[in-house]
Amino acid sequence: MTTPLSTRAPHDLSVQELVHALADKQISATELAQHFLDRSTAHADLGAYVDVQADTTLAQARAADARIGAGTAGPLEGLPLAHKDIFVTRDFATTAGSRMLKGYHSPFDATVVRKLADAGAVTIGKVNCDEFAMGSSNENTAIAPVGSETVQPVRNPWDTARIPGGSSGGSAAVVAARLAPAATGTDTGGSIRQPAAFCGITGIKPTYGRASRYGMVAFASSLDQAGPMARSAEDCALLLSAMCGPDPDRDSTSLDAPTENFSRKLNDSIEGLRIGVPKEFFGEGLSDDVRTAMDAALKQYEQLGAKLVPIALPRTELSIPVYYIIAPAEASSNLSRFDGVKFGHRAKDYGDLADMYKKTRAEGFGDEVKRRIMIGTYVLSHGYYDAYYLQAQKIRRMIADDFQNAFKECDVIAGPVAPTVAWKIGEKSDDPVANYLADIFTLSGSLAGLPGMSIPVGFAKAAADKGLPIGMQLLGNYLDEARLLNAAHRFQLATDYHLAKPAGF
Amino acid sequence: MSLTSSDIARIANLARLELQPDESERMLTQLNGFFGIVEAMRSVDTTGIQPLAHPVAAIQDIALRLRDDAVSEPDQRDANQRNAPAVERGLFLVPKVIE
Repeated sequence: MTTPLSTRAPHDLSVQELVHALADKQISATELAQHFLDRSTAHADLGAYVDVQADTTLAQARAADARIGAGTAGPLEGLPLAHKDIFVTRDFATTAGSRMLKGYHSPFDATVVRKLADAGAVTIGKVNCDEFAMGSSNENTAIAPVGSETVQPVRNPWDTARIPGGSSGGSAAVVAARLAPAATGTDTGGSIRQPAAFCGITGIKPTYGRASRYGMVAFASSLDQAGPMARSAEDCALLLSAMCGPDPDRDSTSLDAPTENFSRKLNDSIEGLRIGVPKEFFGEGLSDDVRTAMDAALKQYEQLGAKLVPIALPRTELSIPVYYIIAPAEASSNLSRFDGVKFGHRAKDYGDLADMYKKTRAEGFGDEVKRRIMIGTYVLSHGYYDAYYLQAQKIRRMIADDFQNAFKECDVIAGPVAPTVAWKIGEKSDDPVANYLADIFTLSGSLAGLPGMSIPVGFAKAAADKGLPIGMQLLGNYLDEARLLNAAHRFQLATDYHLAKPAGF
Repeated sequence: MSLTSSDIARIANLARLELQPDESERMLTQLNGFFGIVEAMRSVDTTGIQPLAHPVAAIQDIALRLRDDAVSEPDQRDANQRNAPAVERGLFLVPKVIE
């Protein structure tokens, strides 16, 4: 039998194929790590990596090779991975895209990073994101990529004049450009699903509480959730199994749900699977290209034996204000820790302690973060809490109930991830509300804490957007990730959108 | 309802953020733009609805998790203080607070 490596470059192999090639010693972890380090240097102009430490990476790879040699390999032994720069790491700097944390070195690894390392993964480096994961375009980063002095957003590999999406834009871009076989991401209101859609890759956000938040720089604690980003659902399932599991001593909201093998249902038939199609996801504002791709993908699902069921999610539009009250409220509380005392930036010149706080925070935070801190502080302040924050938390329950009603009639829900394809860098950067409105389809699933994914389902045909990837969102009920991945995998067995590769990579 | 520049100054003080005059002005416009989309939320009838804090509480009881009040972490003061802006003899330095 010909091995995939004899005919294809290592970066074109899937996670699944790489893990087998490593276990069979067709390639060593050290060779593979070097290959991806070389690629990240060769494509530095993508601006995705913000910290690379080749010595550390190669040392991790040699340790992986030793374990493979000794027969003590873990399930991901030797697999190179990129980590979103929102996970703290002992051996790499952690900035969360913020000037506030420039040069910060964590004394410990995030649980997700540790679990992946325990499974044998090797870290290629840290990748850029919107500051404190607040943004949908990566334009909110304050950190310059490796090899550059200039702060700039990560480029979309399908069109380098476009944003990669956000906040996990670096993660999506390196996977699409094949500078990493897979990457970690985090999703608070769509930050895994939207960049995955914009870069034509696959990503999954599990049920809230599945993956530990310990060591994830906190944005909105009742929403933040980690997940894998890779080229296929099959690869995501493998990584998700290693990332999830209870962390009761370190994350107070971690679920008691036991560790699962999320690959176990991948190949099940989807004959009779009921796919809910919410009419609110197909209204005005959806671009023609996205609508056409959704229709074709739904038709493909019917051909695979699934049944389409019309459903209603009546509070879809309301999810925008509800999310943009709750998330900033939690953010303003979480970000109060950045006071210039114990870690992070401190202003050079200041008077008293209060002045030190104010100048430190004025210098350390970017515009979007300041806006959200201001919104959050206001809606939590005396006299406004009930009208805004409490009201939002009540509607949040109504939104979660809407989903439970919908899941009485269907097994998974399908719709667009975003109303359009990736926009041009700078196009929306002066209009925060326009950015918020573009999150409309991902926010409700986040508020309800449901698992959600994005899979590539086509490419734009309109002249202005030609060739840009389009993602379909699949939402599942609580703890039903295995079924979600099954539905995605069956689609990917029948289609090849997820195998397409941007030119030049 | 619209915020005024004195609201912006009050909120910025609560948030311990120093805003330059042009920044405050921009913030006022942007926040008022934002609260324009929030209005729709305020008119929703939520009588009798319990607020949802942990999303999975929508389907099952989520107990607040507590652990024993016991020392579980080793002393890592040096490692933790490596990132501090100003340290002396193991202490974090701040401007004088008590006259």
